[in-house]
Amino acid sequence: MPQPLHVVVCAGIVPDPLQTLEPITTPTGPGLKNEMVLPAVLDPWAASALYEAAALAAKNPGSKLWLVSLGPKAKLQQVMMTVAQKVPFELVPIDGPIGGFPDAHSTAKVLAELIAALPGLDRTKLLLFGGWESASRGAGVTLQLIGEILGITDQFQGVDQITFREGGSFEVLERVEGGKHQVSVCLGAPAVLGWATGNLAEPRNNPQVGMSNMRTIMPALQKASSAKLDANGLRYVSVNLPKQQRTTRVEKNLTPDQIAAELAEWIGTES
Amino acid sequence: MESILVLTHVDESGEALTKGSLEAVTAGRELAAKLGAEMAIGIVAQHATQAATQLAGAAKRVFAVQADAFAQPRFASDAAACEALWRATQPAIVLAPHSSRFARVMAAVAYRVGGAIDTHVTAIAATAIVEATRWFYRQRVEAVVTRDKRPWFLLLDAGTHPAFAADPSSEASQPEEIAITAPLPELRTEVTGIRAPRQDAQTIRPNARLLFVAGAGWTKKQPDGQTHTDEAASLILGFLATTGASLGSSKSLVDQGGEGHSVLPFLTHLNQIGQTGATPRHSKGLSTCCHGEEPHVVGWRFIPDRRAISLDPNCGWARGKADVVYIADAFQVIGKLNELLAAKS
Repeated sequence: MPQPLHVVVCAGIVPDPLQTLEPITTPTGPGLKNEMVLPAVLDPWAASALYEAAALAAKNPGSKLWLVSLGPKAKLQQVMMTVAQKVPFELVPIDGPIGGFPDAHSTAKVLAELIAALPGLDRTKLLLFGGWESASRGAGVTLQLIGEILGITDQFQGVDQITFREGGSFEVLERVEGGKHQVSVCLGAPAVLGWATGNLAEPRNNPQVGMSNMRTIMPALQKASSAKLDANGLRYVSVNLPKQQRTTRVEKNLTPDQIAAELAEWIGTES
Repeated sequence: MESILVLTHVDESGEALTKGSLEAVTAGRELAAKLGAEMAIGIVAQHATQAATQLAGAAKRVFAVQADAFAQPRFASDAAACEALWRATQPAIVLAPHSSRFARVMAAVAYRVGGAIDTHVTAIAATAIVEATRWFYRQRVEAVVTRDKRPWFLLLDAGTHPAFAADPSSEASQPEEIAITAPLPELRTEVTGIRAPRQDAQTIRPNARLLFVAGAGWTKKQPDGQTHTDEAASLILGFLATTGASLGSSKSLVDQGGEGHSVLPFLTHLNQIGQTGATPRHSKGLSTCCHGEEPHVVGWRFIPDRRAISLDPNCGWARGKADVVYIADAFQVIGKLNELLAAKS
């Protein structure tokens, strides 16, 4: 039996993975060179959460889906031009700093306050979705902190699957060590689910969904309030690129037999 | 003076501490020695006595929160247990393994006790102040951070410290049991089990020395104009069987399954290495049929010895990302290699 759900997806924006990143020092702390002009995408694991949320909402008529995102308005608008074509959602933007260096606790506080004030949100039906880690800070704590601030005591991280059962309970598969999944059954919403990859492919662009979404996204962006994030006692001693350049030996003229022999010796017997 | 609490938990057996927990103990002892600080250890378990024997000589005081509720790795009960351990000891710095169990709860615990948390810590330095090293942007930018705020929770990545080995000459630690003073919240979640891949498909081996990464080229058309997915699967599984290597995959190869294309049946998103996948720790890595661009290579950050087989002499691996790149057909090379390895074994 369908369960009307209120799904809130928290998703940041991150530099396109193909971009070269160079850390710099800015007046407000560390940042990335040309950060505002680097092409950006929706955080990949959070994007998985969005697609799973949309699939869940589609299966459960009467559900609502919000996408809450903190970032500079201009970058949010740029990313939403693509994301809006994927699945239907209501954007709740908040204008704030980009990047992985701001403190996660301050970010969580701002987002939790925003979610708590969402008009029409029924917290008894709330599923708080997001990526289990971002591709920027990669700490895996922001979503958990939001859930804690909102008083949600059922949290799951590294989620790859959620299956609803009769009566509103659901089964969750969470990634654990050794390539395994922990299987849990939760009595129902409210709950926090930090998604890993999930099982859904990225939806194809749908211009009709895009047009429908953009009718509400543009006004929402115009009305977005601004957030200033406290450092919360966090200080950066250094921020550097790793020394990753290797002296590569490129072997172009070895036969498969020769390569195999060399690799067999390299692998040895200890692996 | 700083005081340190190392939080630990037991493994699936329920009796032994996890390797990550014992690594955190080592990190705690090292930090305590640098700071001249007192260190205590906390255990979360259903029964902690057996686990505590692994901590002989590790710390003066060992505490435990133990009850049937803590047999299951679950947010509500684990967060309450860790909070109780902190409240009993009131340390300034808390170290814990970045395991799935503690990563699920520790930020919430830090929030409850008014502290702050940093995760995926790979090194801790202490001179005048405590500094933690961690990665940003999926292992592409390395930063050293410090915080004034206490308590400061630090989750340590696996493999960054040696596991603590109990001192056989020391008396086994007797854990002091901590009573949970705050009532547990209603436990609405029940862990019903662990789902592992089928025995014959278990290709992720975290403890293997060698990582074998299969790229999308394995399922592409070969010189005869046909795909040879079955042959690719046979070669890869043959290699894994003889070497005991762990299997990783590039995102593109894993995604093909979701898009209904020809795929290697044993690969899932759990095998994914890179920007949107895992960053495993193995001493050697062999990449095959993968072009070695940055989104893949960030998953290789902790693989010190890297080799690649690629048909493209200008692939990313050849541009300073691997130690050796063989320009060759992986089908032929792995076939020959399997024969050699089989003959050796």
